[in-house]
Amino acid sequence: MANFYTDNADLRHHLSHPLMRRIVELRERNYTEADKFDYAPLNFDDAMDNYDRVLEVVGELCGDIIAPNAEAVDHQGASCADGRAIYADATVDNLAACRQAGLMGMAMPRRFGGLNFPITPYIMAADMVSRADTGFENLWGLQDCAETLYEFGDEDQKQRFIPRVCEGETMSMDLTEPDAGSDLQSVMLKATQKEDGTWVLNGVKRFITNGDSDIHLVLARSEEGTKDGRGLSMFIYDKRNGGVNVRRIENKMGIKGSPTCELVYKNAPAELCGSRRMGLIKYVMALMNGARLGIAAQSVGVSELAYREALAYAQERRQFGKAIIEFPAVAEMISVMKAKLDASRSLLYECARFVDMYKILDDISKERSLTPEERQERKHYNRLADALTPMAKGMGSEYCNQNAYDCIQVHGGSGFMKDYACERLYRDARITSIYEGTTQLQVVAAIRHVTTGTYKMLIDSYAAQEVRPELQAVKDRLAVLTGMYTDAIAAVEAVNDPAYTDFMARRLVEMAGNIVMAYLLLLDANRNESFEKSLHVYTNMAASEVTRHAEFIKAFDPAQLSFYLAK
Amino acid sequence: MSLNIIVLAKQVPDTRNVGKDAMKADGTINRAALPAIFNPEDLNALEQALRLKDAHPGSTITVLTMGLPKAAEVIREAIYRGADTGIVLTDRPLGGADTLATSYSLAQAIRKIGKYDIILGGRQAIDGDTAQVGPQIAEKLGLPQVTYAEEIIDVTNGKVTVKRRLEHGIETVKAPLPCVVTVNGSAADCRPRNAKRLMKYKYAVSPSEKAALPQDLQEFVDARPYLQLNEWGAAFIDADPEQIGFPGSPTKVKAVENVVFTAKDARHLDNDDAQIEELIKELITNHTIG
Repeated sequence: MANFYTDNADLRHHLSHPLMRRIVELRERNYTEADKFDYAPLNFDDAMDNYDRVLEVVGELCGDIIAPNAEAVDHQGASCADGRAIYADATVDNLAACRQAGLMGMAMPRRFGGLNFPITPYIMAADMVSRADTGFENLWGLQDCAETLYEFGDEDQKQRFIPRVCEGETMSMDLTEPDAGSDLQSVMLKATQKEDGTWVLNGVKRFITNGDSDIHLVLARSEEGTKDGRGLSMFIYDKRNGGVNVRRIENKMGIKGSPTCELVYKNAPAELCGSRRMGLIKYVMALMNGARLGIAAQSVGVSELAYREALAYAQERRQFGKAIIEFPAVAEMISVMKAKLDASRSLLYECARFVDMYKILDDISKERSLTPEERQERKHYNRLADALTPMAKGMGSEYCNQNAYDCIQVHGGSGFMKDYACERLYRDARITSIYEGTTQLQVVAAIRHVTTGTYKMLIDSYAAQEVRPELQAVKDRLAVLTGMYTDAIAAVEAVNDPAYTDFMARRLVEMAGNIVMAYLLLLDANRNESFEKSLHVYTNMAASEVTRHAEFIKAFDPAQLSFYLAK
Repeated sequence: MSLNIIVLAKQVPDTRNVGKDAMKADGTINRAALPAIFNPEDLNALEQALRLKDAHPGSTITVLTMGLPKAAEVIREAIYRGADTGIVLTDRPLGGADTLATSYSLAQAIRKIGKYDIILGGRQAIDGDTAQVGPQIAEKLGLPQVTYAEEIIDVTNGKVTVKRRLEHGIETVKAPLPCVVTVNGSAADCRPRNAKRLMKYKYAVSPSEKAALPQDLQEFVDARPYLQLNEWGAAFIDADPEQIGFPGSPTKVKAVENVVFTAKDARHLDNDDAQIEELIKELITNHTIG
């Protein structure tokens, strides 16, 4: 009887952000689809009502089916037999419920059977699914791959594959290999073109999430003799054709319901998706950006559950004659958890809106030429989305790990036992800061937006907005922190050594992240008073973090760099 | 073969999570404190109907509900899950009905629908807990009935095979069509609402609901027959005024009391027949049991 949408007013707050009007209007092409599809909205309010109703179904599914199944899924886990990956029984039930509810292909256009939702409400569903069962979010969330098919596949491929995803067939992205993890340029899986022009794949992939899916996107080396990313192309492998078997699945620490497969390709027929040689440099980069946003949502879902579990336990558990939440040390932990949760969620949806803006404009540009203003808008939001995606994934996943850690701490000895959900959550959280690019790699993607000023531009746009008088003091404080941030950038740039910038990159990106998230909470609080508490708690934390990094950078002697560069 | 399926559904106050404010001082239900929901076992019945429809393409599911005009909400809920259409049986003279008058009214409506192969309903509703309406409808229509159904195994050669959940075990029976089947809460949960159907049918309204919509939405509904739910009254189903509503209801509620448990202390008995027998006698004497 739980509903993860209606029990969390913050979701409706983010869904009702002012930019949604523009996003929905673009996505719905000014509401022109209502004549063609009986489930298309008539206007903005109708569209928002649709999102609200469907998210309410997602919330019910999460609260009544997926969350109650999470423990059984964790215990049983996925398994492997006869070359196939086998889901836990309750995972099968979860997937069936998602199919019946029509929650696959949510962000795909209607002409392929999708719901045509913008990314923002889709990500909201991912946020809830992750809170219900972190590992299941992977299986459900891989519908994201359809986005890449939609962007880069030809019309025939779109028509053959996307409706199947909308009907509930699952997907996987087969990228990693034993010797190509973070370094995907080293991918060796061999794609060979036969005389009739068709392709076959041979080789091994490893660590493939949901690797026994129905439709795979595969990164393979199509250009014989090449060694780098420019020799790689993207292929579609359809499980109906056979040729790929699961050799084993990994025995993992967490997300046990999501089978992580080692795949063997033996003359597996596949078809090229998009152009040759563009596999890594264009398509997989797009795929990864979508996946990173998904992991950012997964992280927020974990933070949400961690916060709720900790709060509920602290209110219930009594020691020294009172509930432990009465003790300031415990209450502070919980307040900080909530602040990190709220901050990372605000960043997640800001990022999702930016992704929506540029992707929808990009899609429209395939139907008609964009006006100069629209082209400008697309470029602007594309840059912002590129800047916020690694930040949301990197910092959101670190926060969810911190929250999972603190959740166990609040539970004390009981949290170390298998009896409470926090133990599973702690294990499930750990992967979020590793896969789809480690936090360290998110910093690599984000640092150029420190040096080129994207974050500063965004911060300035937040600072230019008026807030209620009682919030002005916080705003003034954030302006001071922004000064410390720009000083730190200047100090690092003055050294003029790329190795030094790399060394300081995480500090700089975190400073930017702290300030961006504090501003987002400020604007949230300006619109909705319920965010004020988290705004103040987060700003205090952000101020101490920014100051710490600023002090480190200011006091650091570049000559000491060698101490940190182990050989 | 395709089937004409009727599902009986009732909108009931949610009595599953009753708080202190569930009952007013005069002993009547405080409806404001109890949200109106789809009677849970009727949802189990709907799922059995949807499975029959999955197995027999071309089948249609008509949901029939009697209640206030707002009971159209349960029809929409059923349509979101896969039902085809629905009828709200609502009329002031039908109000205040006990199970006898209710089953008469619903039976009249079913006669009016005319074509049916199988009539499904929940075992009982959580507001009255009588479990009488389904069986009474079967009697009135002269149809075989299967109660406590947990699973409809199949429909072949004009016969339905049903697994029944009984107190001491499971019984599998066959019944000729048409028939009435009442479904137990232990049957499969109903499938979730479907996103596309939710968006497509959210403006499905009964005539009285339509009248409250803004003009442009009324026109929108008028242009789309699938958004028009049926609303039937007593005259339309040729009901005998003496057999419906208050006049047709021999059951009279004398009083409703809030039962408050007064016993405070637990009592420990030894594993001793004499002591247990003593307790049973005491409980019978003070009317706790028996």
